[in-house]
Amino acid sequence: MTKDEFWEGVRGGFPIMLAASPFGALFGALAVDNGFTIADAVFMSASVYAGASQMVGIELFGNHVQPWLVVLSVFAVNFRHVLYSASIAKYVRHFTFGQKFLAFFLLVDPQYAETEKRGERGLPITFAWYLGFGLVIYIPWIFNTLVGAIFGQMIGDPKAIGLDILLPVYFMGLVMGFRKRDRFLPIVAVSALASIAGMHFVGSPWHVSIGALAGIVLAACLPQNERTPAPRAVEKEA
Amino acid sequence: MDPQHLNLIYLIIAAAVATFLTRVGGYILITQMKQIPPRLEAALNAVPAAVLTTLVAPAFVYGGFDVTIAMFVAFAIALGLSLSTLRMLVIGWVVVMLIRHVVM
Repeated sequence: MTKDEFWEGVRGGFPIMLAASPFGALFGALAVDNGFTIADAVFMSASVYAGASQMVGIELFGNHVQPWLVVLSVFAVNFRHVLYSASIAKYVRHFTFGQKFLAFFLLVDPQYAETEKRGERGLPITFAWYLGFGLVIYIPWIFNTLVGAIFGQMIGDPKAIGLDILLPVYFMGLVMGFRKRDRFLPIVAVSALASIAGMHFVGSPWHVSIGALAGIVLAACLPQNERTPAPRAVEKEA
Repeated sequence: MDPQHLNLIYLIIAAAVATFLTRVGGYILITQMKQIPPRLEAALNAVPAAVLTTLVAPAFVYGGFDVTIAMFVAFAIALGLSLSTLRMLVIGWVVVMLIRHVVM
């Protein structure tokens, strides 16, 4: 029974693992390009396990941004997970303490989306299913990072093969993924202008905090909507 | 291990702890708090788009004309055809490679 549920989870997570694989490899290659060793890249994938924030982390690290700001940015990019863990609380209450610990560690976007979907349909959310779904994404993520990092170390000039375009376009894709959220356009416009001004007048890396703060303050100051939005953030990371 | 590399290891560990806190935080909060203040929720809701935009906009303006054109084309096509991030990456890459190796 438990074994069946584990394999059901593995089957469910398999297509997501395939879709995430190029990003794992991309992270590995870009991490090495930004001054990481192969081991550092693999360690980060295994311990942080959040693709978008890992990309943000290496980009800022490569630009010699202060460490506290790197950690804060990783925290900020991952902040949506707070909504996820709040939202699936009702489904994982029956897990033991150790199971919850592991479950929250593995709580990536598709894991959240699938758990929510399954719970809404009234299907049982067992630890075996959750673990199967999580591990089939987690383990290849680490392996793909290794492959990408090894490949990245063989590249001489990243610009000649166009590697430098990938991070900005990737981040642009992530930003577009949030476009259904309230006040998306004003927030993006203000953050964009403030970060460009910050880059111009203050310099890197301060443009990141200046631009981010401008957008966040704007969102807090704008008149609030009547309806209270439920945690609906099922943005995809990749 | 040299101290600079050790700092990177600490940085990765700190990032991992911060990430784990976000993943367990909502569960802890929801069992403690009844309601998040709406302005706080609006601010939190804005965090990812605001942070990520600061990584896109300066690259678009200061990245050089090849990067600017590639980003613009990738953006326009991906938005028009609702493409995935991966396809958008491919488009951006193809455009920048064309400019660098064919046009120039």
